[in-house]
Amino acid sequence: MATNAIQTDSGLGRLSEATRKRLQRKARIDVLFERTLFVFAFAVLLLLGAIIASLIASSWPALQRFGLDFFTENRWAANVEIFGALPAIYGTLLTSFIAIVIAVPVSFGIAIFLTERCPGFLRQPLSTLIELLAGIPSIIYGMWGMEVLAPLLRTWFPTVFPAGTGLATAGIILAVMIIPFITAVSRDVINTVPAVMRESAYGLGCTTWEVASQVILPSVKTGLVGGVVLGLGRALGETMAVTFVIGNNLFLNTTLTGQGTSIAALIANQFSESDGTQRSALLALGLILFLITFVVLAIARYLLRNSTGRHA
Amino acid sequence: MNIQTTSLYRRRKLFNQLVMGACVAATLVGFLFLFAILFTLVTKGLSALSPSIFIERTRMSGGGLGNAIWGTVLMTSVATVLGTIIGVAAGTWLAEYGGKGWMAKVIRFINDILLSAPSIIIGLFIYAVVVVPMGNFSGWAGVLSLTVIIVPVVIRSTEDMLRLIPNSLREAAAALGAHRWWIIVRVCYSGARAGIITGILLGFARISGETAPLLFTSLNSNQWNFFRLGDEMANLPMTIYQNMTINAFIPDLVALAWGGALILTAAILILNIAARYFSRQRS
Repeated sequence: MATNAIQTDSGLGRLSEATRKRLQRKARIDVLFERTLFVFAFAVLLLLGAIIASLIASSWPALQRFGLDFFTENRWAANVEIFGALPAIYGTLLTSFIAIVIAVPVSFGIAIFLTERCPGFLRQPLSTLIELLAGIPSIIYGMWGMEVLAPLLRTWFPTVFPAGTGLATAGIILAVMIIPFITAVSRDVINTVPAVMRESAYGLGCTTWEVASQVILPSVKTGLVGGVVLGLGRALGETMAVTFVIGNNLFLNTTLTGQGTSIAALIANQFSESDGTQRSALLALGLILFLITFVVLAIARYLLRNSTGRHA
Repeated sequence: MNIQTTSLYRRRKLFNQLVMGACVAATLVGFLFLFAILFTLVTKGLSALSPSIFIERTRMSGGGLGNAIWGTVLMTSVATVLGTIIGVAAGTWLAEYGGKGWMAKVIRFINDILLSAPSIIIGLFIYAVVVVPMGNFSGWAGVLSLTVIIVPVVIRSTEDMLRLIPNSLREAAAALGAHRWWIIVRVCYSGARAGIITGILLGFARISGETAPLLFTSLNSNQWNFFRLGDEMANLPMTIYQNMTINAFIPDLVALAWGGALILTAAILILNIAARYFSRQRS
């Protein structure tokens, strides 16, 4: 934009003094406008830098004191100042994994139904409904999990879920939470396939399933995977849907259905009553969570770079 | 047609029906779960609703949610105003000036990461940079953490909407002698207004249900704080959370939490529908 000002200057010889002043002022506004906007855009970069820097700085005391033990110790016992991240990391990864295993087939099923088989009059309402459901705050899912799902699981499968709560319950809740999200992204991605491709496959005599599995899904594979990874990123960092139902057991319990904890749940439960080393250790957990989700989200964005979804 | 091909056709048809049946089943199961949640929310929430819930403040016995609702409305509104200013400005730079440059690409990538970053991390960040230096939990800290969450949403939708404005419009305005900032303000914004408002409304809906970032920033309060954002600020999500956990031994408070959850969800759904209405007006 700086060149703009010079160009206008050189062409102004024939204009009156007043017009020239006016135009020069406008050109200055132009430069100022661009610079101001850029400051705000640059603030986004600073924000990410500040988040990482502040997390590292405030978790440094704990990381320095425990070193690698922080990642290998299998319990989180604040009273004896033993802080092991392993139970929380295990819980975070396992609950997200369970959620993805349940949510992906269901979401793809819904997306295929919506795009390929749904009667015309239902398509728009169901799509809108899915998008609206994706907006329900996560605390609602957590409350429902605690008050409805956990008691149900306890009554129906008392041997598998003696308490109703646990890692698997949290995984199920997360699955229900990310189903609308993955469905909405998948539907958008599938809708980018040109109608011609679909029609030619049908013209060759393919069944709906053959069209979907041989033509549509392969052509938008990366987009679909991107949507799933985005859902995974959401499940990894989810706090409220998990805290209510995960059981808050601070010892490593390498089962699928046992009580456990996750990074986000542990932070939510202990942070406000913590201080000193414990607080620093919790911030170190936050740093770990941020790094995990950063990698996952970066992968998702890389895979989704060609799709035009506008999802959060 | 020989027997072999007929049986192949039959097998393909059967398999197709099986898979499509599974898709329908998935749709039913998915919606069943989501309707079960809405059903619980409405049945448990409606029984707790009464006019006094909006007027009375939160107490350990009885009381309502008035101060919490007010706190949420105030904090999310202030955060939305701040987020709109920052987000629209940054989104405009990305769409109008950044283009395909490396700086714009980096900012876009970082913004996409922030868009889905765990909200509890944002809470920890604001705790470390605002609450610790200030020495106490405050409404302002809550506002800032919500702002950090809404800004990426607004940036994304502003950029997407401005990109939909055809270049010929910008060129026509430039040919008439308009300066670039004037083109952006008068031509681009008026074309993208509906879309940008949609994005802001969606962001507003999203932050009004956020609980995790408020845990260590605004905390909660059972007083009417009105506009005193320097103090701990009551808010609906935190009240629901506390009533369902540390106060869960008091049945009245659990009932209130469900009432609050219903109010919150209804408000968010209405905002989402309003956003959709705006975006439909565009097309």
